[in-house]
Amino acid sequence: MAAGKTKKQFLLSAGRDNPVFAQILGICSTLAVTNVVQNTVVMCLGVIFTLACSNVTVSLLRKWIPGSIRMMVETLIIAAYVIIVDVVIQATLPGVSRQLGPYVGLIITNCIIMCRAEAYALNNPPFPSLIDGIASGIGYSYVLLIIAVFREITGSATFWGYSIPWFSDWWTNWSIMVMAPGAFFALAILIWIIKTYVVPEDPGGK
Amino acid sequence: MQEMTGLIAIFFAAIFTNNILLTNYLGMCSFLGVSKEVKTSLGLGTAVVFVMTATSVLNWLVYYHILTPLNLQNFRFIVFIIVIAAFVQVVEMIIERVSEPLYNALGIFLPLITVNCAILGVSLFMLIREYTFAESFFYGIGSGIGWMLAILAMAGIRQNMKRSKIPKGLEGAGITLIIAGIMALAFMGFSGVLNIQ
Repeated sequence: MAAGKTKKQFLLSAGRDNPVFAQILGICSTLAVTNVVQNTVVMCLGVIFTLACSNVTVSLLRKWIPGSIRMMVETLIIAAYVIIVDVVIQATLPGVSRQLGPYVGLIITNCIIMCRAEAYALNNPPFPSLIDGIASGIGYSYVLLIIAVFREITGSATFWGYSIPWFSDWWTNWSIMVMAPGAFFALAILIWIIKTYVVPEDPGGK
Repeated sequence: MQEMTGLIAIFFAAIFTNNILLTNYLGMCSFLGVSKEVKTSLGLGTAVVFVMTATSVLNWLVYYHILTPLNLQNFRFIVFIIVIAAFVQVVEMIIERVSEPLYNALGIFLPLITVNCAILGVSLFMLIREYTFAESFFYGIGSGIGWMLAILAMAGIRQNMKRSKIPKGLEGAGITLIIAGIMALAFMGFSGVLNIQ
């Protein structure tokens, strides 16, 4: 029973209620880091870690957080975990850290994390909050990865920094895809496809 | 004199060639949420310009005069976010006093300025590019104006779009992103004029 509920919750957070499609949240970093797959993977792991940890922490503290300053408390909890992520990335992957630049720090202002803390962790016990955090993180990550793979292959004809045999020889790089407009178009088209074929429009939506 | 040209270059680069929204994708959430009407966009845009300028200057002072001497640079995220949150609180109170309708219209979006990535982003970019105090001020105000410009243009386009027929799956966010993409293409046209890293 409990396991079934957990599984359902997991699928719901990663699928139909996917933060990127359903709520168009947290797309700042979706767009900024997706020109190279490697950076995207690092960023995704950072987001999943922050999301899971901050959800659990907020949930543990939910009875003691005063309602009026809860946003501030949540933000500080999130910021603390982001500092951990930032320090770890700087120490282990200095190259990636330089490329990601300010975007690791900007995980703090990623609306998804705040949204999950506010909407879920504040009202639920720690374990479901952990599941919700991981599921939302994964839901966010696979969208990022789809866009990143598409942008890197079309934009620079490489995958994970390596050239693809056969394909790279004749492909003309769509340089627009690694630049700003490409990200907007890629996400818009993905949302279009998902909304049309995968998730039928729910009547209650605006 | 040389210094002055540098400052002006940063100011205009932040508005046009390095527009915080269209080249760095920051502040997208409120950009998509609020850009339905020109009037509300103008209100939020003004608030963002004000907060962005003030916080970039404040954060510069805090980072170089408090955190660096104490060797606490790793805590910059937490400190910056506190400075920003405090400032947003002030702006919220001012708007509530000055204009009741505006306060009602912006509603939920005012607290969202705190988590507006653009505000924190400007402070972080300022550190990475190692700007001086004056440069930070011009970068902050330029970025704010650039953001306001983008959201105003988008609101104007979206107001006129109510009459157009849009494919069903693209309604709302989809079409907004495509317009943003086209606007980003247009802003890229400025990139030959001047550039900062």
